[in-house]
Amino acid sequence: MRSFTYTRPAEPAQPWTELGPDAMYIAGGTNLVDLMKCGVAAPGRLVDIGRLPLADIEVDAATDTLRIGALVPNSDLAAHPVVRERLPVLSRALLAGASPQLRNLATLGGNLMQRTRCGYFRDLAMPCNKRVPDSGCAALDGEHRGHAVLGTSSRCIATHPSDLAVALLALEARVSIDGPNGPRAEPIEAFHLPPGETPERETTLTHGELITAVEVPMTTLGAHSYYLKVRERASFAFAMCSAAVALEVREGTVRAARIALGGVATTPWRAYAAEAALIGGPPSTGAFARAGDAATEGAVPGRDNGHKVELIRRVVARALSTLAATDTPATDTPATDTPATGTPKSPGTGEAPRTGEAPGSTEGEHR
Amino acid sequence: MRETLGLTGPKKGCDLGQCGACTVLVDGRRITSCLTFALMHGGREVTTIEGLGGDPEGDLHPVQQAFVDHDAFQCGFCTPGQIMSAVALLAEGHAGDDDEIREWMSGNLCRCAAYPNIVAAITAAAGR
Repeated sequence: MRSFTYTRPAEPAQPWTELGPDAMYIAGGTNLVDLMKCGVAAPGRLVDIGRLPLADIEVDAATDTLRIGALVPNSDLAAHPVVRERLPVLSRALLAGASPQLRNLATLGGNLMQRTRCGYFRDLAMPCNKRVPDSGCAALDGEHRGHAVLGTSSRCIATHPSDLAVALLALEARVSIDGPNGPRAEPIEAFHLPPGETPERETTLTHGELITAVEVPMTTLGAHSYYLKVRERASFAFAMCSAAVALEVREGTVRAARIALGGVATTPWRAYAAEAALIGGPPSTGAFARAGDAATEGAVPGRDNGHKVELIRRVVARALSTLAATDTPATDTPATDTPATGTPKSPGTGEAPRTGEAPGSTEGEHR
Repeated sequence: MRETLGLTGPKKGCDLGQCGACTVLVDGRRITSCLTFALMHGGREVTTIEGLGGDPEGDLHPVQQAFVDHDAFQCGFCTPGQIMSAVALLAEGHAGDDDEIREWMSGNLCRCAAYPNIVAAITAAAGR
């Protein structure tokens, strides 16, 4: 690891004044320290923002908004009673990610800033446009069975790793940012950037800016929400595919729906077509299967990740049916079974597992 | 911790936050110590396996004793991390049943696969 200097800002209001061109912020460190060890990140200076007063969770009763400080640890956010009751998808997504030890360290802001776990991104001997612009992408023709099928470009197919961000996207959260040019806020949907021609640029943050909070509206939709994550073992693995879903059903009709995907796209992915497929119709097994189909709109699988297209179908349908079955009075036609039926429709799907719990063993390679 | 303080209980396993062999408590919360710098924790109480039982000549911590009683290890390399994680798990209240224990111990790998005995030890320590 390259040697570096360390500082903890004395002036909590403006940590960027201590940030030189070669510096990075550090908070939980779970991603950055890892990347420093493998040489992908080599800051000359670390500015520790971990003790800034940004670790509160506040309910704004006037607007029914939850304001979550950027330094709230994932474990605390998942366990917060308001989150558990009014935003279950958020709590579930958090608990589906990482391990208890990591959730104690990892922060909300850092989670949104985490880098992809693409093996080529982490391997300094291999080309990677995200790590070294214009060096090429080894994943396009290489090992890519875990890579993205949505939001890809000819320069990068790396998967965005966050579960939390997928839930926040479904909840239409807003990211509050501060920095040398003053405070600003934007929808989380705008915050993460698709790779396009510049995969090295992953968010709208400019040097010196940092996330200060995330605001989540506490709506009826948010209270009827669910997160389903499918991975290669039962726990502590990144998503092969995940879905954050929320439904508002009145008098047997879906009035509103939110569907966001993880583990299959280059950014947290909002499946608008899948939402549209549900609105105005009954919350039926057939409708959920159609939403699953619609969620694959635009998918471009490579040689070895076609199974993800089928996983999207099944995970979306399963997440919706599970949510509908737990909804109470308004859902008069609850789905009763997993709609994971029929033959796989995408090329190269092979024997895609039924969705739900990860198949089989808890022993597997770490990622 | 290992080289300067001589506290070799926390192990350098994967060094990537994936195996849990380095687990310690910081102000009572379990973390993977490999993914943080000691410098960042000034003023906080860090507990390693060495500090768990209190008096080195005295009794083992109940979780340590449960691991002995249930043969919850083979080679022993992961054991300090397993025990520190289990102590935190019990304090968090996540020992409701075997599935819950397995889920909340998922950050600790045992390549000897002593998992059934680890779950049994934690169950016993929980008083179930």
